[in-house]
Amino acid sequence: MDIVVMARALFGTSLGFHIIYATIGVGLPVMIIIAEVMYFIKKDNDYALLARRWTKAFAILLAVSIASGTIVGVMISLLFPDFMEIVGQVIALPFQMEIFAFLIEAVFMSIYLYAADRLPPALRLVSIISVALGATASAILITDVHAWMNTPAGFRMLPNGEITDIDTWAAFFNPSFGVTAIHVTLSAYMTVAFLVASAAALRLMKSKITDQERAYHKKALMIALYFGALMSLGTAINGHETAQMLHEYNPRKLAAAEGLFETQRYAPLSVGGYTSLEDQRVKYAIEIPYGLSFLAGDRFDTEVIGLNEYPQELWPPLYVHILFNVMVGIGTVLIAVAFAALFWKHVLKKEFPGWILAILVVSGPLALLAIEAGWCFSCIGRQPWTITDVLRTGEAATKSKSVGFLFYLFMSLYITLLFVTGFVLRFYFKRNPVSRDLSAQ
Amino acid sequence: MEASTLAVTILWSLLFIYAMLGSLDFGAGFWGMIYGKSEEKSASQIANRFLSPTWEVTNVFLVIFVVSVVTFFPYATTLLSSVLLVPVALGLLLLTIRTTFMVFQHYAGKFVGLLRVTSGVTGLIIPALLVSILPITLGGFISFEDDYPRLEYGELLTHPTLYMHVLFGLSTELFISSVFLMDYAKEAEDWDAYDTFRKHALWLGPVSIAVAMLTIGTFPQEAGWIVDNIEQNWLTFGLSLLFFLIGYVLLFLKKPDGRKGRARPAVIMIVLQYGFAIYAYGSAHLPYLIYPDLTVSDGFTNASTFYPMLIVYAVGFGILIPAFYLFWRLFLKDRRYLKQQ
Repeated sequence: MDIVVMARALFGTSLGFHIIYATIGVGLPVMIIIAEVMYFIKKDNDYALLARRWTKAFAILLAVSIASGTIVGVMISLLFPDFMEIVGQVIALPFQMEIFAFLIEAVFMSIYLYAADRLPPALRLVSIISVALGATASAILITDVHAWMNTPAGFRMLPNGEITDIDTWAAFFNPSFGVTAIHVTLSAYMTVAFLVASAAALRLMKSKITDQERAYHKKALMIALYFGALMSLGTAINGHETAQMLHEYNPRKLAAAEGLFETQRYAPLSVGGYTSLEDQRVKYAIEIPYGLSFLAGDRFDTEVIGLNEYPQELWPPLYVHILFNVMVGIGTVLIAVAFAALFWKHVLKKEFPGWILAILVVSGPLALLAIEAGWCFSCIGRQPWTITDVLRTGEAATKSKSVGFLFYLFMSLYITLLFVTGFVLRFYFKRNPVSRDLSAQ
Repeated sequence: MEASTLAVTILWSLLFIYAMLGSLDFGAGFWGMIYGKSEEKSASQIANRFLSPTWEVTNVFLVIFVVSVVTFFPYATTLLSSVLLVPVALGLLLLTIRTTFMVFQHYAGKFVGLLRVTSGVTGLIIPALLVSILPITLGGFISFEDDYPRLEYGELLTHPTLYMHVLFGLSTELFISSVFLMDYAKEAEDWDAYDTFRKHALWLGPVSIAVAMLTIGTFPQEAGWIVDNIEQNWLTFGLSLLFFLIGYVLLFLKKPDGRKGRARPAVIMIVLQYGFAIYAYGSAHLPYLIYPDLTVSDGFTNASTFYPMLIVYAVGFGILIPAFYLFWRLFLKDRRYLKQQ
């Protein structure tokens, strides 16, 4: 295979792997804070226990998150040296700030994990809040570089490739930074909420479970549902702003996301289906009349740019429409799931039957799938560019022939680690069941 | 000072910090493996007790170093990453296995044997890979094919200097970690572990110095430039040697309680020894990042990006100082942590 494709595959797989752990690493500390605060308010030991057990899971996952983050951080320089040459000149700042955020997270995580019992409660709370702030800040700062790749700003490139007129802060606050950072943060929080809901629902579905355990898992589920409902709603509102940002700064990507070929007013929104090049439209889709125009500009007569305005060689792959739909579709379903479950609980005042629990079990993995689809959409939707309209991926990638062999090596590593983390989590929580912790209280 | 010189000085400082922390981290992993099953078990416990909370922080310094190279010297990335792709990628792979397994061993006690060996073995291989980057920068191992740089593996793998560099890296790592763990054992008042690490420090010290001197003798022909610079810098290297000698003598001095060795002053002397050595070597390496293809000023970013980055460094470390202090109090000073069973 072509070296550029291999380099993309290697980096894409590394990022795809890291995202799973990084997302959990961003969201789980916030869940731990909520549990700590609930404990503080209600003085109910179950919440302290939740915080403690989530911390254990967090520590196991964080190891992989830090290791894979190190891989991604170094690998991007190894595989895309010409890209990093520009990054180093224009948008180095968030990269550097990110390390300090990461350092804060690492230092306080060690403190929270290994010294919690020696800390006064206030300092313990400060520690976990620092972990959460460090994790979220590092996600936001890395997203800044990603946003800049989509909507580059703060420099000019001369025809000979030289970079001039560098404005570090204009690059930092590039047009898509704000919306994208919020999108990444809220969706990570939301995903972890649903993952926690999944785990709790799975336990509640077991028939052999004491009342004490049931009460414990219900508390976890309710925290997760409230937080998940709030965050998924936030993500959706922000998703709308993201679409408007695309419309303004990156119309080609929006056109590809929606499979729109001809520039038009009153553009429809195509839900589902796949983009057909021959037919110049999205086939087998449900069309919502005027939907896209309204999404892009809050007015039905907004003119939306179509792909045909651009030479075909500058189109992203047309299958990004599917990735986009998977992301939006799952997001929408999860909002419904969270609110329906809360309605069931608080308005109908009924216990969750098995089928609702079963849906909740699936919600976590679905959220993770949406995250992956979203990242793939954002990165593949930028193709053929690494930095939109500035640097093509083919020019940015390494020319080293060793990439192929490294791809297979790292693939095996990731697959192994996925299994091993699953195994270690299972092993640990099987050997330290919650029933024992509960009876020890 | 010129901006690019300032940048490379910061880079060497970060390298110094990582060399120290990395030596402790990897060395502790190695000692943890060696004494894991033997009768001198407490030496292993001491090593692991140090390792558990610190590895994440050590790991971050590796990332800081890499990011600093790329952001301070963006024009160096093409050459560096083309040449170093394979050794660095392999290092990353092993580092991942090491860090994940180290954490996993806490949570899956059943496999502690396998995990301990992983941490010990990677504790030798990763530093060996990292230190093998040094000879590559000296000249003679990079060729160009259609303007595209390539590492001459055949040349490198058959050259004695590679193996002397590796030997130098490992003897240094084990020396630094044994002196430090000796001090750590003293804080924990674990005298068995103390004696074990002191015993190793005694033979590793002279060995590491001898290996360092011999390594310079094996530099490739193309490296005449740096040998000249090292000779001109003899005063700083001499100071480094002096600190070593003081530190080494301190290992023999008796304390009021009759126990041999003044651990804390010895640690400080050894840190000074390597501090002076690394800055002396760093300044001898100037003006090249990679001889003869890349100089410090060739690779340097522009001033308008550099100065905001300096501010980020200052603010970043400023925020972290209280955190590091708390960290030190909790894990390197607190008897409740050090003496737990």
